[in-house]
Amino acid sequence: MKVSIKVNGQLREVDVEPRWLLVHVLREKLGLTGTNVGCDTSQCGACTVLMNGMAVKSCTVLGVQADGADITTIEGLRTDGAYHPVQQAFWDHHGLQCGFCTPGMILTAVDLLTHHGDPNDETIRHGLEGNLCRCTGYENIVRAVRDAADKM
Amino acid sequence: MYPAPFEYHAPASLNEALALMAQNADAKIIAGGHSLLPAMKLRLATPPALIDIGRIADLKGIKDMGEKIAIGALTTHHEVEHSVLLRNACPLLPEVATHIGDRQVRNRGTMGGSLAHADPAADYPAAMLALGATVQVQGSGGSRSIGADELFTGLFSTALAANEILTAIHVPKTDAKGSGVAYAKFPHPASRYAVAGVAVWVSIKDDTVQDIRIGVTGAADHAQRAKRAEDALKGKPMTEDNIAAAAKVASDGLTTIGDIYASADYRAHLVTAMALEALHSAHHRAHGW
Repeated sequence: MKVSIKVNGQLREVDVEPRWLLVHVLREKLGLTGTNVGCDTSQCGACTVLMNGMAVKSCTVLGVQADGADITTIEGLRTDGAYHPVQQAFWDHHGLQCGFCTPGMILTAVDLLTHHGDPNDETIRHGLEGNLCRCTGYENIVRAVRDAADKM
Repeated sequence: MYPAPFEYHAPASLNEALALMAQNADAKIIAGGHSLLPAMKLRLATPPALIDIGRIADLKGIKDMGEKIAIGALTTHHEVEHSVLLRNACPLLPEVATHIGDRQVRNRGTMGGSLAHADPAADYPAAMLALGATVQVQGSGGSRSIGADELFTGLFSTALAANEILTAIHVPKTDAKGSGVAYAKFPHPASRYAVAGVAVWVSIKDDTVQDIRIGVTGAADHAQRAKRAEDALKGKPMTEDNIAAAAKVASDGLTTIGDIYASADYRAHLVTAMALEALHSAHHRAHGW
């Protein structure tokens, strides 16, 4: 099946099998390997991307369901060569250890901050519940999101 | 993990979807896909065809219908959580929605899908029972409504026929004076599904319970009313003692299930503990405390 998906601002036409997951379309058909596959069972959030501005787990969306959608991956967050404020805050606060969960964490945080301008730590932790950091580096992640909220 | 191969259909209208269902007897309906796709990836479900109703505009949106609110089947948990209309007039549903899964799941999962799937540990069923909600369903022969008390019939089983689509949920407004609602949940620490969840709607006048409905999820093979607990409070004041006595019998009549995480007895205990918490909160809110 042919699908048209706007990925990071660019319209992409892809020929997909209905059973292909969005994360596989992004990684294997479009070469956007910043989106990671972690648990592959809708739990860890490593594969989180923005679909029409909302954070979704791309291992639990079919490529065909994304036909006509607007997708943002970690590769599309930078504008004019500058990091997105959430990316910069993760850098500044060392909001990562191994880095595997980071793209998903950042995209969920972007969704969270578009809905909550001034979240407290509890709101941030509840908002990031669907993203697991197996290094358990949550403290700096929460600090980074808090700082990004102040700067956005 | 890829699901097994299937044919994919994306009808633009409800009639088109019903016609596709008539042609594909074993097809599954998909909306947000947050219960079905995980099952398909594990090959627990291998439907030969999927009918994606996610693009049918008629199934979207939350509408004020006077005494009731109509919630389109495709309404996501996120939309339920943030609806100003629901927050003001039926606050139990937004409260329950915040407990579902996580942010990404709430952005994608739908209320209609959750109810039709009827997971025994899902959160909405308890609220549906407490609110006395109804679901609207459409089949090739026409439409009908099913009350929450009749909707859940067993493990992952509902009163929907194989050729019917759940189109909307109708909930009463609970913003009248003296009305209070609450949901208390003991979540599984990993999955966040309810090990036990209790939803309460209560109507109080002159400090006496006029009417009350209590829905329990997670504890048995499907969500059910806690009628013994309701009867224990009807016509009585909501004193500490009366609330405790009602909570104590909240699991009576339920065949609680046991698994590796929680035994049947422990689940029954949790139903009482959650009922106690939910009854207290609903009582406070009914008084505007």
